Amino acid sequence: MKVLVFIKRVVDYNVRVKVRPDGSGVDTAGVKMSINPFDEIALEEALQMREAGKAEEVVVVSAGGNECQQQLRTGLAMGADRAIQIDTAGALQPLTAARAFLALVQQEQPGIVLMGKQAIDDDNNQTGQMLAALWGRPQATNAAEVVLNGDSARVTREVDAGLEVLDVDLPAVITTDLRLNTPRFVKLPDIMKAKKKPLDVVALDDLTGSSEADLQIDQWSPPAQRSKGIMVDDVAGLVTELKSRGLL
Amino acid sequence: MSEREVMEYDVIVVGGGPAGLACAMRLKQLNAEINVCVIEKAAEVGAHILSGAVIETAPLDKLLPDWRKQPPPICVPVKKDEFFLYGKKSARRLLTPPQLGNHGNVIVSLGAMCAWLGTHAENLGVDIFPGYAASDIAWNEDGSVKGVVIGDMGVDKSGEPKDTYVEGIEIHAPVTVLAEGCRGHLSKQLIRHFKLDSGSDPQTYGIGMKELWRLPEGRVTPGLVQHSIGWPLDKQTYGGSFVYHLDDNRVALGFVAGLDYQDPEFMPFEAFQQFKHHPRMRALLDGGEIISSGARAIIEGGFQSLPTTEMPGALLIGDAAGLLNVPKIKGTHQALSSGMLAAEHLHQQGESLSSKGFDQALRASPIVSELKKVRNIRPGFYKGLWFGLANAAWETVTAGLSPWTLRNHADHTVLKTNLSVQREWVERELPPKDRLASVYYAATEHDEDQPVHLQILEPDVCVTRCVEEYNNPCTRFCPANVYEMVEDQQGMRLQINAANCVHCKTCDIKDPYQIINWVTPEGGAGPNYQNL
Repeated sequence: MKVLVFIKRVVDYNVRVKVRPDGSGVDTAGVKMSINPFDEIALEEALQMREAGKAEEVVVVSAGGNECQQQLRTGLAMGADRAIQIDTAGALQPLTAARAFLALVQQEQPGIVLMGKQAIDDDNNQTGQMLAALWGRPQATNAAEVVLNGDSARVTREVDAGLEVLDVDLPAVITTDLRLNTPRFVKLPDIMKAKKKPLDVVALDDLTGSSEADLQIDQWSPPAQRSKGIMVDDVAGLVTELKSRGLL
Repeated sequence: MSEREVMEYDVIVVGGGPAGLACAMRLKQLNAEINVCVIEKAAEVGAHILSGAVIETAPLDKLLPDWRKQPPPICVPVKKDEFFLYGKKSARRLLTPPQLGNHGNVIVSLGAMCAWLGTHAENLGVDIFPGYAASDIAWNEDGSVKGVVIGDMGVDKSGEPKDTYVEGIEIHAPVTVLAEGCRGHLSKQLIRHFKLDSGSDPQTYGIGMKELWRLPEGRVTPGLVQHSIGWPLDKQTYGGSFVYHLDDNRVALGFVAGLDYQDPEFMPFEAFQQFKHHPRMRALLDGGEIISSGARAIIEGGFQSLPTTEMPGALLIGDAAGLLNVPKIKGTHQALSSGMLAAEHLHQQGESLSSKGFDQALRASPIVSELKKVRNIRPGFYKGLWFGLANAAWETVTAGLSPWTLRNHADHTVLKTNLSVQREWVERELPPKDRLASVYYAATEHDEDQPVHLQILEPDVCVTRCVEEYNNPCTRFCPANVYEMVEDQQGMRLQINAANCVHCKTCDIKDPYQIINWVTPEGGAGPNYQNL
């Protein structure tokens, strides 16, 4: 079985993001970039499937400019067998990404598609679901545990009310949550080995027929700053202050 | 313990700063067949680098003749120099000391510049390994340096392996180049082991803190370089400020304090924040937005404190050796030049690479003669600001030809007990409000479940002697609030918030009992500086 893992290059979770002064987007100049942490968990899960003898090949895919090859190389160093870059200049909307992924899925015919439940930059939580719908295959999102049983998978999902257990027929799309596993450290010699692994580049247009975005973002702005509070001496003071503002 | 996996190189460079990258690049330029790797503990090249930074460009011209066609991401030519003596509310413009004349220099972010150099190095075929800490020395049987041991990853608080445990490998090479910067922890071990400092004065240091701000339209004059001395420092404490006007409404500002300060109650971080509240600075910063912040120790010993820079199997370059020029407050050109010199020296030896003869080559080079010329300026300030300035003027006029050499003393020995310096601090309003908030802007990160990388060799001293004699100065000199005295059922104890650490090394230097030992945490941990 082949496992396809989609990873996204995002601003590292430790970084305080800033909106560019002209409102054209988030400032990424000189900012540390990483594999989206949820996607890293997806990749780790795929590697564990291969190590357990349940998958033969792990293919890691990312969409972006040449800079995303850095994250693909990290994925290869973690242990993926080969990488595919979907070459595109701008950021992709979830639907465009799902369409491109679908074209790749049809070429590669994977048994499982894994990706993070969402990317930590735009927090859309849509691409996996859209891909499953377009592909016409089952989906299991927010996976906290995945057990493979031949041609189906038992997935434990983290939902608001607790845990939900789903059996999905394969091939399927599984999106991963934080508690599924802890991604491995990359061993230094594996970085050298990763340089020799294949990394193919396909143009976005060749996959989707068009690179036109469905949505256009007009303006980015940071949330309003919280204004300075005041200290009140006692409950009576609090009541007076609230009343004076018409809140009571 | 099992035998560690080994990788072989011709040259290992420890540290992806200007010295290390210049060395690796030069080696590749001279001989593309040489296998050279750079080990960098930061998650990305440049992420642990912090400097002003106004730099001299001659070494860049040599290393990358075409660099101006595609300059580093932040690169603003200096247009004007200003030098001030600050009082609490006053500011007197002084003549700019000739060493601080910056005509022809550029303002850069050294972090961004190193990331840029890293790309050039990789294009030349250098293997760069960011996110891996060289935690130990590997030794040959004859006692020479064999290479480095990469730190294990996935070890828990108590030292036990976690599920993710990966044993660090060893990297071996005929020559290991230590380019760790100021107070590198391997350099420190090796200087001690080979007694490389037996013929030199003790090393001296400063602590530098820096912030990057974005200001409202119209306040920034790109290329303006401002330095100040005076307030908020007392006359016995060496230091001053820098304000560098960048492009895009950004300004880099910072403060340096000599770690030979005597007052145990002194808090360098607070001095920096106070400086920002001088009326002139407030007028500049009010309404602006802080983007990033950080801190790093600076090596200041210069010529007298320069250790022997070679040992069997290894050599020291850049600030790991201590080549910063204090009166110029610049070390990048020295770092780049010493890195290239080391590469040229190694290349000249042909097939059998060896560290032999490097120290002599370095001392015969303009790198060290530059240091010799200014050797008496920094120690002159041990006698206070006014003597220091007069002495600096004399040394400048005589171009360092004085027949004497003023001596350096170790920073950890000069704290005084019962010294009460009155400091009239103003109430602060500008961010960051405290050290924890500042650490937030440094984006520092350490997995909490790993061994504490700040080792206290004699914890009893903290709660017995130190609290009595100096009132635990570690709780004040650390710019990241790593050290806290807390009281619980067992009484007073020192709590170490290692996850806050920004790897500045100040504690390792200034602790009066020399019982704090800074070691490398898990690779990739530490600050994630943006454009510092």
